[in-house]
Amino acid sequence: MSEALVEHHVLEYPGGYTRSVGPVIGRFLTALRDGRLEGVRIADGRVLVPPTEYDPVTGAEVGEWVEVGPTGRVRSWTWVARPDPDLHPLGHPFAFALVQPEGADTAMLHVVDAGSPDAMAIGMLVGPRYRAERVGSVRDLEAWVPLADGEHVAVVPPLAVPEGGEAPTGPVGGIVSRVRLEYDINAGEAPSRFLHGLEQRRILGEHSRTSDEVYVPPRGSDAKTGLPTEIEVEVGPRGTVTTFCVVNIPGLSELAPEVPYVCAQVLLDGAHTPLFALLGECDAGDVRMGMRVEAVWADEVGPDQRSIRWFRPTGEPDADPSTFEAYL
Amino acid sequence: MGANGIRDVAIVSFAQSRYVARDDRHNEVEMIIPVVREAVERSGIPKEKIGFTISGSCDYLSGGPFTFVAGLDAVGAWPPIRESHVEMDAAFALYEAWVAIQVGDLDSALVYGFGKSSMGDLHRILTLQADPYYVAPLWPSAVHLAALQAQAYLAEAGADARALAEVAARSQRSARSNPNAVRSGDATAEELLTEPEIATPLRAADIAPITDGAAAVVIAAGDVARDVCERPAWIRGIDHRIDSQALGVRQLHTSRSARQAAANAGAGRDDFDVAELHAQFSHEELILRDALGLAPDVDVNPSGGPLAANPFMSAGLVRFGEVASRIHDGRADRGLAHAASGPALQQNLVAVVEGD
Repeated sequence: MSEALVEHHVLEYPGGYTRSVGPVIGRFLTALRDGRLEGVRIADGRVLVPPTEYDPVTGAEVGEWVEVGPTGRVRSWTWVARPDPDLHPLGHPFAFALVQPEGADTAMLHVVDAGSPDAMAIGMLVGPRYRAERVGSVRDLEAWVPLADGEHVAVVPPLAVPEGGEAPTGPVGGIVSRVRLEYDINAGEAPSRFLHGLEQRRILGEHSRTSDEVYVPPRGSDAKTGLPTEIEVEVGPRGTVTTFCVVNIPGLSELAPEVPYVCAQVLLDGAHTPLFALLGECDAGDVRMGMRVEAVWADEVGPDQRSIRWFRPTGEPDADPSTFEAYL
Repeated sequence: MGANGIRDVAIVSFAQSRYVARDDRHNEVEMIIPVVREAVERSGIPKEKIGFTISGSCDYLSGGPFTFVAGLDAVGAWPPIRESHVEMDAAFALYEAWVAIQVGDLDSALVYGFGKSSMGDLHRILTLQADPYYVAPLWPSAVHLAALQAQAYLAEAGADARALAEVAARSQRSARSNPNAVRSGDATAEELLTEPEIATPLRAADIAPITDGAAAVVIAAGDVARDVCERPAWIRGIDHRIDSQALGVRQLHTSRSARQAAANAGAGRDDFDVAELHAQFSHEELILRDALGLAPDVDVNPSGGPLAANPFMSAGLVRFGEVASRIHDGRADRGLAHAASGPALQQNLVAVVEGD
């Protein structure tokens, strides 16, 4: 058995998601940008902070706004000894906590900059520390900090104006949410066999014991029956274009030649599923369904689909549609 | 037909992976194939006679779109089958299948769940299911949110971390007889308490281990179940309740939705032989025992529970399977199966399962 392959994969939306916040969350974030905490009163009389967009008991809209704080009480906490400076609001150890602002009946999740877990206790008094660079985010409140009895809360610093920019005004309408996740994806046994085949300039398909239908690339199962594909067959390197797409937008693929280029589904000889591939060494305008093509190998091959540089025309007569119409 | 026009539906077979902390060999499809095959074969119902197929999985676990569709490659969906999917633990897929059997023209269903949480950072991925405006921008992990609930529970109960360590130690001991467990052992609560805290008050042993794997069950109605299964595990009641997504609105030390679901599922009698709880942290078992009203002598998580193996997206379904398998072989007559979803036990599904 050949070794299963692992590929590092990053899931990220550069610049982040932009989310509209709506009137309720927007008003809360606008107040935070001003250095204030606001909640809403719901039908049973409770004040919710942060506000929900509806009454969680009755489902009714919320309306009456109440300023709360500025101090709060810790209702629960957990210590973060090793923060992730790329993600967390603070780069040094801190507590995540549920903090109930004075005048509110609920607690909000935030961080407490207490220096040490020994300084944390349920019921402790905390005050807000705001950033100067406030943009209308829950992170405008940088952290809650412990307050001694009688100690005043810190003054909210004047809003810092970004260099060359203007101070934000008007209600907050949206936030930007960063998402970045990293993975080590392992291909599995069947795809790894396929990829190791490419390393030897061979295209390997597989089929199950009960069917002659050859899957390329194989994922490990005969999708019709759910049975494992245990029998290996070499297919191609020639095949037939079943369908294709001319791409006129530059920059979509680092592998593609200059635009226009052609992506195609290639039904390799001996295979029963088409392979997604680039076409090369031909004009986009000459590509047609039924065109016969063959794999062109890259100068350097490895366990990687890029080992096939592209497919090029063989010059054979076009395949009869009856030979590939079932695979469209 | 049972009471109130509800059709009798039973779990007739169960299969699960031999779980591992990290499966470096198989992709999801290869991981699912043997499990689905075993569940279908054990059910005694020919695959083509199974009326409905539904899975539970999460595309964020593998970081690719539509990986749940690829999962169907392991089932064999030709000729076209009736199927569905939930982006939740497969226990909630079982609930949809149960509803489909109640209202539809079908008598059986295949339910499976799968996940390889080893490929990414599960606890960070789960931040993305938190409120995106108020909570996710601060990036608390699933462990941090659980720890806040644990602190709230311990403070309310007047207990300390020893209560958590006792749950963890018992789970590891129970797991010694479970060949599918990825974490088992003889450590005492005192020994576990000497380990460092990961997130106050939780230690590593209080946090379910990262686990790769899949699980599947077949459920069937009335006479179909009786025909294929010597002792069907009848789902006598089942209910799903949800708490607010706003953490601060909830009373975190308890679980109102679990209590409601248990009442609606008919779990009022406390004579359960066994309860399998989808408790992914030690304190969740304590909160659930209280909310579900379990008597002290109920055998809770004899499999070791999620603290022994937590195949994400199927660990809830495994609770149903573990209870059902004990009814199938006569080790139990009446059991409670529980599954959870969301941060800090936000959603709870409870079923009462009985043998004839």
